Amino acid sequence: MSTITATAAPTKLWGGGKSPFNVEYGKLMMWYFLMSDAFTFGAFLISYGTIRFSSNGWPNPNEVFKSFPFAPEGVHAPLVFVSIMTFILIISSVTMVLAVHAGKQMDKNAVVRNLILTIIGGIAFLSCQAWEWNHLHSEGAWWGANPFLNADGTQSSTNFTNYFFTITGFHGFHVFSGVVINIIMLIMTLLDKFEKRGHYLMIEKAGLYWHFVDLVWVFVFTCFYLI
Amino acid sequence: MSNTAEALHHDDGSAVKEIWKVTLILSVLTIIELILGFWMMGVNDSGVRLAIKGSIVILMIAKAFYIVGYFMHLKHELKNLIMTIVVPLALFIWFITAFLYEGNSYKNLRNRYDPYKKAQTEIKVHKSEEVKEIKASGE
Repeated sequence: MSTITATAAPTKLWGGGKSPFNVEYGKLMMWYFLMSDAFTFGAFLISYGTIRFSSNGWPNPNEVFKSFPFAPEGVHAPLVFVSIMTFILIISSVTMVLAVHAGKQMDKNAVVRNLILTIIGGIAFLSCQAWEWNHLHSEGAWWGANPFLNADGTQSSTNFTNYFFTITGFHGFHVFSGVVINIIMLIMTLLDKFEKRGHYLMIEKAGLYWHFVDLVWVFVFTCFYLI
Repeated sequence: MSNTAEALHHDDGSAVKEIWKVTLILSVLTIIELILGFWMMGVNDSGVRLAIKGSIVILMIAKAFYIVGYFMHLKHELKNLIMTIVVPLALFIWFITAFLYEGNSYKNLRNRYDPYKKAQTEIKVHKSEEVKEIKASGE
């Protein structure tokens, strides 16, 4: 069976009678949704880039994001906290792949275990972000308020904080939705919904969304903290 | 049956091995990015800074490729599916180029034709406390 499909598939994909994409409807639609979401995030980040390119000065991210939880006031630890956040998200992405993989093997226990780890990773990331927002807010940064100076010591506009809170907030909202989706997936797995259906395709769709959240963070992390 | 194409590419052991391999690649790329980021803090030459930023962007795109290709499994899908996702995303090439060019052009035009604005952006402020005082006295 599989050998016949393999040899016939490349030539007759558009011949009718089968899916030319060879994926389930819901998964294809998840891909298209993620593509549209990529354009939304892209529009945000490109708008940020345009404004930054049109400004004579911009704050130095290493001066702004230099704090660390429980560290004494005035400590200078740029990039450290955000790299921990990045690794949390990468690791939670890995546990999600493992959950998807376990789903293909119909291994319910491994799906449950890896989904729980993914949810913990997502909550850990959200907690880090909550701390960071709270800390920046205590320093006087918020939408419409920018206490930081430009890298060259000149007065900065509020563009920097507006974009930072809007884009990381929009990403954080995606992480939050992803955690909620993963919790629903966990409950459905525990209730044996997927065992009864005979497949774990739902986990794959949730997985696609979760990896997309990780993907967006790669871009946000680079654009705001590194460059 | 809808997963025949995936089943052809993967038996159990190699799939898990691939996940860990990609994890390692992503971690290494992130660490290189961070090293470049720390290095850039001590660099003042704008040309070198631009080169470092360019390298970071290339590493970022490499990470995106590994996440989409392996974690989201797009590399193992049929070519039709890959194309229906990747080709529309090519719009980003125009999107990014045009808008960053536009931003830069706006900056140059304003600096040239609005000397007052340019002078305003060149006033140095030494401490954030002074900013508050200036704002308070101005209002």
